[in-house]
Amino acid sequence: MTPPPVLAVNRLCKTYGSTLAVDDVSFDVGPNEIVGLLGPNGAGKTTTINMILGVLEPTSGAIRIEGLDIATRRSQALGRTNFAAVYAPLPGNLTVAQNLRVFGMIYGVSDLAARIEQLLGEYDIRAFRDTKCGLLSSGEQTRVSLAKAMLNRPHLLLLDEPTASLDPATARDIRRCIREFAASASGGVLWTSHNMYEVEEVCDRVLFLARGRILLEGDPSTLPGEHGKQTLEELFITVAREPLTLEQD
Amino acid sequence: MRTLAIVLRQFYLIRGSPSRIFPLFAWVAIDIVLWGFITRYLNTVASPGFNFVPALLGAVLLWDFFTRVMQGVTMAFFEDVWARNFLNVFATPLTIAEYLSGLVLSSIATSALGLVVMLLVATVAFGLPFFAYGVVLIPFVLVLFLFGIALGIFGSAIVLRLGPASEWFIWPVPALVSPFVGVFYPLSTLPSWMQYVARSLPPAYVFENMRRVVGGGHASGAALAWSVVLGALDIVLACWFFSRVYRYAVRTGLIARYSAESVS
Repeated sequence: MTPPPVLAVNRLCKTYGSTLAVDDVSFDVGPNEIVGLLGPNGAGKTTTINMILGVLEPTSGAIRIEGLDIATRRSQALGRTNFAAVYAPLPGNLTVAQNLRVFGMIYGVSDLAARIEQLLGEYDIRAFRDTKCGLLSSGEQTRVSLAKAMLNRPHLLLLDEPTASLDPATARDIRRCIREFAASASGGVLWTSHNMYEVEEVCDRVLFLARGRILLEGDPSTLPGEHGKQTLEELFITVAREPLTLEQD
Repeated sequence: MRTLAIVLRQFYLIRGSPSRIFPLFAWVAIDIVLWGFITRYLNTVASPGFNFVPALLGAVLLWDFFTRVMQGVTMAFFEDVWARNFLNVFATPLTIAEYLSGLVLSSIATSALGLVVMLLVATVAFGLPFFAYGVVLIPFVLVLFLFGIALGIFGSAIVLRLGPASEWFIWPVPALVSPFVGVFYPLSTLPSWMQYVARSLPPAYVFENMRRVVGGGHASGAALAWSVVLGALDIVLACWFFSRVYRYAVRTGLIARYSAESVS
């Protein structure tokens, strides 16, 4: 029997006036699964993530996190979720430890002091525990955001370009952490990235979004070949520049 | 617990920042000193027998307390505006009721500090017999607290709706309200249309009754009870307004793109 999805997105639409930002998008993220949400700038990835996070109301459609409808059981659903996004750094005027404590309390994390210590070690940020986040490099801030995202051991983890500002070595460590998270807990991960090498390495499944619609879906290692492309990057460029050719496939 | 997280955040910010600690008491203390000397001077030139200290200095103290309560709420909210923290805060299990409760609790702590400092300066330096008002002090402070909270939440909603730059609409709100509520003069001084407005503002009942007490009369229990009801009603309306604005911000995407100040 297939386990119920951690995230179920059903016929999601978002319009801004006459602009269709997300158009009838449906997908699931299963337990222990890392799903890549790919697409060119303006494709609707962040709009979709914002709707899943409850900070943007869909025009129509439904989002369920472990069966909890975000529209009616927002607090319970978001209690099982967390996120890190390159455009949402933690407040720069609080220290790393203060930020983790405040957000740990918001997420109702039990034995918070121990959990913070564990994450400071896992994300190699113990040296910065009493440093204000605004003083950290962008890579260090990303690691703090990821530590925040792991505070409540989320069942659904949303990562919007989490490695965008990291050096290759740190990015590799972060990918390892995320893979371990997906493998060890029952959580699912929705990951956006423009780094196709990374997506191929990390994601079990990818969704290609263009002009607000899901154009392609599949295994990142076999999907390019299925569409006559050598690499995922080549497929990405086709999605970005000639999406109609793929729609006709 | 989630409400306390908002209070803790505010505590961390204030504890580590002299520029946040200083305004909690410095400006209100300076106001008390200024008005303390003014009342002393007025006592020397006015007809003997009338003491301006409880009438004017007491009014200034109560009005400054109201201002501190309102700004306690708005300042805690502005911290999220300045830190561009809306996405982190509102994409959590935190409910709007919990968030607003956190702002209110933060305001109780910061305004209480301002009140204590004002009382110390007014009593020690200028002999304000604050406790001579008697038990009516309790409804006086309660009504000003309720209205301060209501205006603070209302101001926060305005800034959420109009964007970060609109905080400059909020700072002068107490100065805008003060002519209507008769902080320094009886409401009968006002033209009739302003008196109609005053009757809808809870602080007007506080200052009218304060003058009655200072003049040797008794406060009207019914008027004060009505002002408590009005203050509580104002809080309910302010929370409703904040919720409406928040829902608008979520529907339009303003929360996620707050720094852009509009969605068009």
